[in-house]
Amino acid sequence: MGKNILSVLLFALFLAPNLSFGSDEVTTENIDAKAQKNKEHKEYINHHLQDSYDFTIWHEYGIGFPLPIILIDEGFHIFSSSNFHHGETVAESNGKFYKVYHNKIYRTDAEGTITLDDHHHPTQVKPLDLSITKNVFTILIFSIFIFLLFRSFARSYGENQIPNKIGRFMEPLVIFVRDEIAIPNIGEKHYKKFMSYLLTVFFFIWFLNLAGMTPLGIGVTNNIAVTFTLAIITFLITLFTSRKAYWGHIFWMPGVPVPMKIVLAPIELLGVFIKPFALMIRLFANMTAGHVVMMSLIALLYIFPNWFAKGAFLSLTLFLSILELLVAFLQAYIFTMLTALYFGGAVAEHDDH
Amino acid sequence: MEKILNDFSVGLVFWQAILFVALLLLLRKYAWKPILTSVINREEAIKEGLESAEKAKEQMRQLKEDNKALLAEARMERDSIIKDAREAKDKMIAEAKEKAQEEGAKMIENAKSVIRSERTAAVNELKSQVAGLSIQIAEKVLKSEVSSDAKQQEIISSAMQNANLN
Repeated sequence: MGKNILSVLLFALFLAPNLSFGSDEVTTENIDAKAQKNKEHKEYINHHLQDSYDFTIWHEYGIGFPLPIILIDEGFHIFSSSNFHHGETVAESNGKFYKVYHNKIYRTDAEGTITLDDHHHPTQVKPLDLSITKNVFTILIFSIFIFLLFRSFARSYGENQIPNKIGRFMEPLVIFVRDEIAIPNIGEKHYKKFMSYLLTVFFFIWFLNLAGMTPLGIGVTNNIAVTFTLAIITFLITLFTSRKAYWGHIFWMPGVPVPMKIVLAPIELLGVFIKPFALMIRLFANMTAGHVVMMSLIALLYIFPNWFAKGAFLSLTLFLSILELLVAFLQAYIFTMLTALYFGGAVAEHDDH
Repeated sequence: MEKILNDFSVGLVFWQAILFVALLLLLRKYAWKPILTSVINREEAIKEGLESAEKAKEQMRQLKEDNKALLAEARMERDSIIKDAREAKDKMIAEAKEKAQEEGAKMIENAKSVIRSERTAAVNELKSQVAGLSIQIAEKVLKSEVSSDAKQQEIISSAMQNANLN
């Protein structure tokens, strides 16, 4: 109960700077203003979900710090993102000029001209962008955090074999991954070599999902590139650990008539790629949808002038944020579980079924 | 879809792949291996503990059973000893009774024969005493009868009268 009150207070605190918005009266004169505001909210949400070149927690107030930009464009170009002044100016590095347009860096001239083609795409060259963006920075910070957390947990096992407080909380989860995810899906014989990956992926996704739930706007699991990388790693591990039986099942399905084998082969082969693709889309879509819904509800608080409506939306937001806490765990679980399932298929032996 | 593709950043994939693989390798070495080893060790220790407890319980049960058997045996032995003792007692009592009866009979017989001989002796003595007494009385009577001359005359005369001198 005390914690719920705390969350309400935290939300109130988070919303406090903009509460003046809510008292606006809706009149015919400011319908245009209202449409403008809706557009602003939409942009705000999009912006919140996007990666950015500097680590801003509160971009209206400029709370944050710049991050390094690394470009490969006939040599390395490394400079601070503050040179862009939040995308408003052209940054110069080693005689080349760069400008941010729609959250991407393009090479331009000193004036920063961006010419668009028929599809509204800039015609300027996009250099290979290896910048330490907000998402990269968040992943780095959380990787260090996860590493330190679990190392201290691992070290705390003493003679009496009882871990420290973090360990006592995390150990059941580690055992859960082993007993409920790895062993049932991979099997007693092969599960051990996949444990490190399964545990890392589980805690990585879970912690980053939780990080995305904070109002800091550091959600990285709602970025398709992040889920793509995780899915690709799962895909590669599946390929490199697969046995003969796995490919046998794909190209020459045992136990079905020959015409069926021929029909099934392309379907199964497609399945090899669809599986990691589904992993990627599922995590991305779930986290993005969660954030959009949450932020839309918060935006509704500003749009509705009625205080009762505000109260209702606040409780709905609170309820949904608790639901999102569950989803954060659930998506980590599902990703890990499906990964284990694919590994299980890859290492399955002929007489396993 | 276009927006998603536009958001897709090769740089992010590059850095995340590096960071994730580094995290995976570091965690494998410094966290997962020690944690899983400790967990497995502890699970085995618990399993062993449970097994040994089970074994101890089994031993206890065996011991109890042995004790029970021993107790039953002891009880049986006690019963048989008591039975033997009772039999011996009965036999002894019976024997003693028989002996006592025999002895008693013998004693009674002895007593009887003693009484018989005593009585014979007593009767004999009585007989001799009575004879002595009779003689003494007769003597005294004779003495007193024949003390006076008249009496002597009378006796003589009576005796003379009876004696018909034919």
